[in-house]
Amino acid sequence: MSETNKVIMLGNEAIARGAYEAGVKVSAAYPGTPSTEISEYLVQYKDSLYCEWSPNEKVAVEVAVGASLAGTRAMACMKHVGFNVAADPAYSVSYMGVNGGLVIVVADDPGLYSSQNEQDTRMVARAAKLPVIEPADSAEAKEYMKLAFELSEKFDRPFVYRTTTRLAHSQGIVELENRQDIPDKEYVKDIRKTVMMPVNAKIRHAEIEKRNEELMEAANTLSVNRVEMNDTEIGVITSGIPYQYVKEALPGASVLKLGLVNPLPRKLIEEFAKKVDKLYIVEELDPVIEEQVRSWGIEVIGKEIFTVQGEYSANMLRTAILKEDLDLAKPALAPGRPPILCPGCPHRSVYYVLNKLKFHAAGDIGCYTLGAVAPLSVVDTTMCMGSSISTLHGMEKAKGKDYIKNWVAVIGDSTFLHTGINSLMNMTYNHAAGTVLILDNSTTGMTGHQDHAATGKTLQGELAYAIDIPEICRAVGVKNVIEVNAFDIEKLERIIKEETQKEEVSVIITKSPCVLLSKAKKPLYIAHADKCKKCGMCMKPGCPAMTKDTDGTVKIDDTMCTGCGLCESLCRFDAIELVKEGDR
Amino acid sequence: MAVKNIMIVGVGGQGTLLTSRILGGLATLGGYDVKLSEVHGMAQRGGSVVTFVRYGEKVAEPIVEEGQADVIIAFERLEALRYAHFLKKDGALVVNDWRIDPMPVVIGAAEYPEGILDTLRKMYKVYTVNATEESKKLGNPRVFNLVVLGIAAQHMDFTKEQWYEVIEKTVPPKTVDINKKAFDTGYHL
Repeated sequence: MSETNKVIMLGNEAIARGAYEAGVKVSAAYPGTPSTEISEYLVQYKDSLYCEWSPNEKVAVEVAVGASLAGTRAMACMKHVGFNVAADPAYSVSYMGVNGGLVIVVADDPGLYSSQNEQDTRMVARAAKLPVIEPADSAEAKEYMKLAFELSEKFDRPFVYRTTTRLAHSQGIVELENRQDIPDKEYVKDIRKTVMMPVNAKIRHAEIEKRNEELMEAANTLSVNRVEMNDTEIGVITSGIPYQYVKEALPGASVLKLGLVNPLPRKLIEEFAKKVDKLYIVEELDPVIEEQVRSWGIEVIGKEIFTVQGEYSANMLRTAILKEDLDLAKPALAPGRPPILCPGCPHRSVYYVLNKLKFHAAGDIGCYTLGAVAPLSVVDTTMCMGSSISTLHGMEKAKGKDYIKNWVAVIGDSTFLHTGINSLMNMTYNHAAGTVLILDNSTTGMTGHQDHAATGKTLQGELAYAIDIPEICRAVGVKNVIEVNAFDIEKLERIIKEETQKEEVSVIITKSPCVLLSKAKKPLYIAHADKCKKCGMCMKPGCPAMTKDTDGTVKIDDTMCTGCGLCESLCRFDAIELVKEGDR
Repeated sequence: MAVKNIMIVGVGGQGTLLTSRILGGLATLGGYDVKLSEVHGMAQRGGSVVTFVRYGEKVAEPIVEEGQADVIIAFERLEALRYAHFLKKDGALVVNDWRIDPMPVVIGAAEYPEGILDTLRKMYKVYTVNATEESKKLGNPRVFNLVVLGIAAQHMDFTKEQWYEVIEKTVPPKTVDINKKAFDTGYHL
């Protein structure tokens, strides 16, 4: 392989490359940080494979299962919480096994960079009896994809391919190879294997326990479960990104680096344990390896000195294992910089109105979660995809219709199509009277602008039928469906007041595209200090482009302003004015 | 060569990802092993963001840890203050002399610290530029990152030609010239 075949790749890019080289024919996914870019990189190979955004992770896994049954290599990609949505097919396809290789890529988020919880996918996969493979850098990310497909076919098991934020969003050197020519497998009808009714599932359960035992035996000699013998005073069992921290902090230690983390190679671990004086288990999040190894009567040091929260680091291991005093400088006191809605974001306008009306909102998953913090402070709940509508419904059923007259549910367009639509059906069916705001910004925003079933475009860039969200709402029985421009704050205020008084379900769709979607040069606003009365009205929505000058008058940062005009519509003294690009 | 540790810190949306692509490209061009770690997702919405770049003979972890950075490139003053303790004792801190108020400051719940650069100068080797103003002079305020990179280049091991080559490969074709000019501005400061 020549030098020119070595390139630097993001972990997610390497996973996509691995899938391509492994001969994958079908991939389905729903965006979710830190898994999103896998599909965005995969689409460059669309001449060789098919990839799609599905409306949610359950659908994505089922699509991949179908493709596997049809005899091709297939995968689905999602973040850890998306795997919960896909749990139903995942637990049962575990019983069914595969025809073409099947890999479910699941990205965990230790450290909670962009998630609502810190769950450990290895626990979920173990519960579903699914094997788990986990790489430690971009080079392995590509290699392990290929291995996962081989093992999936060899042992007739769907594989979970686990990554974490640090792997997914780190870059490293990868050596490119050619795409493997994997012939499609023949489809042979066999309902004992593919119809999971009790009589068949009972037999399949016994079968997969046997397969997992075979895999556990094979794991002892798999090349990705690797012993690096060094000094025997300290031995470490580790996997994934924490392996890199071990190599930095303990370069002289003996290491058992696991690539297959479920099932574990028992014999290999027992032999390794005998060779070292002290055995540490270094794994982020839950003690998944540790508890199993302990259950075999092996003495280990693990979570009694390492945390179950957040990411690890080499410095952490130096302190915990080597008891080194690192003598580090203390961080300076600096005010925090939490994420905020972008300048020009249409959600800010909607939340300004809800805040003015002193409303509460049952919230959902997306950029608009940021409406929870000051100065907007509108969102009261954020739990999981689609939950806003059903949470509001539950409140109404507990306390009555009047109780939720100053409440709304807020949900984005992509999240509404993901699982919100079920909750809306529940409202009309069960005689609800709540008001739902669909903040339609024509994209999946937080994850970096992916298309969905209502944008009219597919992942592969083809034009598609754009689902009509107002028509969907009407079709499930909502009589009051109102569309309004998110920046028309007077109209929006009037509509919210009217609709929340009604004794039936209302859906208000605030339409305005995500400000980051348009690359066109935008008009800008300037504030005139001589007209500014320092009243602070324009500052209320908390636009990051607006600051106060030393004399208290308002200043607009022209590198940030996008020209949305919300501040102008709030100024009663004509102190804020639109200027064209050339006039500045 | 010992592994070189670089950090890029700033505010989500300031173009740290483009900058890290340039540094990654340079390290690859130099024939080094290289690892980078980035922030995507929620923090990219105006939050504090940090990118780690490590290159050398053999790189294990993709992050730079406290007390290990050779160079910190800060696109904003407060972010320079926040991450300065990651510097090695003799490390270089390159700061864009620019202020972006975080939301707690905008709403009056916190104060933007005064005299950040003076505080930092007492403890570290600090190099500053108002890159935002410099890039406005060049006609495009968005190329300020390259002005800052130009200064940082003085503390790294690559030739100007290597920088040019990677800039040409990384930035959008239409903006190559202005990005090179911005780099030059910083490089000759």
